[in-house]
Amino acid sequence: MIDLKNVSRIYRIGSTKVYALNKANLHIDEGEFVSIIGPSGSGKSTLMNIVGCLDTADSGEYLLDDVPIEDYTENELARIRNQKIGFVFQSFNLINKLTAEENVELPLIYQRVGKAERKARVAEALERVDLSKRARHLPSELSGGQQQRVAIARAIVTRPSLILGDEPTGNLDSRTTEEIMGIFHDLHRQGNTIVLITHDQEVAAQASRIVHIRDGKLSEVGV
Amino acid sequence: MIQSFKMAVKSIAGNKFRAFLTMLGIIIGVMALVILVSLVSGATGSVTDSISSLGSDMLTVSISDDKGNPITLQTLEEWMDEAGIGLIAPSAETSATARYEGTSGSVTVYGTTPAYESVNGLSLLLGRFLKFADVDNHTNVAVINETAATELIGYTDCIGEEISLNGVKFTVVGLLEDDEESLTAVFGRGSVVAYIPYTSLMRLSSNVSSQITSFYVSAETDMDTAKNAVTELLMERFDQDDDAFSVSSQDALEDAMGSVTSVLTILLGGIAGISLIVGGIGIMNIMLVTVTERTREIGIRKAIGAGRGVILQQFLLESVVLCMFGCMIGVFLSWVVLRVVSVVVSSLSMSFSLEWNVVLIAVGFCFLIGIVFGLYPANKAAKMAPIDALHYGG
Ligand SMILES: Nc1ncnc2c1ncn2[C@@H]1O[C@H](COP(=O)(O)OP(=O)(O)OP(=O)(O)O)[C@@H](O)[C@H]1O
Ligand SMILES: [Mg+2]
Repeated sequence: MIDLKNVSRIYRIGSTKVYALNKANLHIDEGEFVSIIGPSGSGKSTLMNIVGCLDTADSGEYLLDDVPIEDYTENELARIRNQKIGFVFQSFNLINKLTAEENVELPLIYQRVGKAERKARVAEALERVDLSKRARHLPSELSGGQQQRVAIARAIVTRPSLILGDEPTGNLDSRTTEEIMGIFHDLHRQGNTIVLITHDQEVAAQASRIVHIRDGKLSEVGV
Repeated sequence: MIQSFKMAVKSIAGNKFRAFLTMLGIIIGVMALVILVSLVSGATGSVTDSISSLGSDMLTVSISDDKGNPITLQTLEEWMDEAGIGLIAPSAETSATARYEGTSGSVTVYGTTPAYESVNGLSLLLGRFLKFADVDNHTNVAVINETAATELIGYTDCIGEEISLNGVKFTVVGLLEDDEESLTAVFGRGSVVAYIPYTSLMRLSSNVSSQITSFYVSAETDMDTAKNAVTELLMERFDQDDDAFSVSSQDALEDAMGSVTSVLTILLGGIAGISLIVGGIGIMNIMLVTVTERTREIGIRKAIGAGRGVILQQFLLESVVLCMFGCMIGVFLSWVVLRVVSVVVSSLSMSFSLEWNVVLIAVGFCFLIGIVFGLYPANKAAKMAPIDALHYGG
């Protein structure tokens, strides 16, 4: 499903070059649960943004479902993000003036799903993350764990095949982390491909495969 | 679309005071446009009304150079038999001091013939108008209007009373209805009026002689034929010199009035249009601020699948909604102002109301401004790279 070949991402700050990703190779099959672990500044978020079609590589090739990303226009990429990929960020990235319900509804609006079906699917997604009771609350009225669950609901409401988490538990305590991980495990069991970035060895260990990243270089460690 | 509309309204409502300040430019622009144009057309409307109430079935002829061949009552009599021409009434005018028992006042005295009544469409309330015999015998009779009767004599049932004009005694034989809509009434002069035989006026005023310099013509069938006939007669009489006289119809006056109105409307409309554009720049300014403030939101929306078009539409809609809302408030306030003005000047017999076509133009113009000035900020938002937008400001 995901195929990165010699992908590099270089930031130029003045005259110095920072290799956020340095000839990275990564292959992930449909239905895998992969965690990516590495120290701060090692290029984890950069990798995730490229895999999630939010950013593009400076060199190398990225095939998503066997199609090179360069072949897509900007709007087609937006549609792929909308339909194939569910993104969960470390900082939640909810829209503050919309309620939980409205935040979850947004990707469906962009898909032009009818109102009745939208309502049903939003309710279903919130139910999955056990937040039905907080549907009409604004993000500012929710705890961090609850906000992250809203973000997960927003990621899964479109039934994407690939779910990406960029340190989704990074801001949460251990009990809430467990809850969130439980949801990811459920999603994995239902056949979704899951890629999780983390600092946390314990969290990483729950995945079926662990990839290490250091200074923009990837290395696999046995299963 | 409905969804984005709700979103736009919501985001505007989220910051009401700022939205109001932003709309102020549009509100003032719309008010300027609608009020000014409505006032102009209200004012000119009542003037044109009075012009046309003078009757569009009348020609006014004035002679500036008679080439030693003056027009007399006799000439007019003959011309009335010409094809195409209906009636002809001479008109000479002087100002006189009128006296009745103890009261006296200034009165505008017209010297004319019986034809005047029909040519000018006067309506008689009491008594009779002038007769041919009055003209032939220079009888001292007068037909006065209601204002003259009430101001001079004190009551309107005054047939048979004697008044003196510049010391000469005249018997009142008829009472005319006041013509409130007439041009002279609008311009506020000569509302005290007396009509006497042309020949009697010749005796009363040294300025009036048998040489007629001004007269009115009515048509036998239609105005154009009458105008051609009169012009031909005058050309023949005055050696084919068309500078010696002028023939004008009320239509011409109305046309002139109309072109004054449209020039005024375009001028004021243009000024108001400029203030609307200034309002539009205000909208653009605040939309740019909004886009910057909401960079992160734009990033989130793009990350979860909003394409360029969606973002463009969202911000464009917001700017259009802002403009249209300002426009609505502006139109409403204009309506209020025009009502107030109408009440204040109600004594002038002018009425001011919303000109609906101006309102339509204002609405269309605001819509256009919303689009034009929203386009740049909206496009700026739509063009943002998702990853940069997402990382903006932490
Ligand atoms: N927009 C940017 N401009 C310049 N340099 C950048 C930018 N984004 C990332 N970098 C650099 O690229 C490298 C990788 O950054 P990245 O955000 O991928 O790290 P990370 O592994 O996600 O770290 P963390 O665990 O702290 O989130 C860092 O050295 C960072 O300084
Ligand atoms: Mg990171």
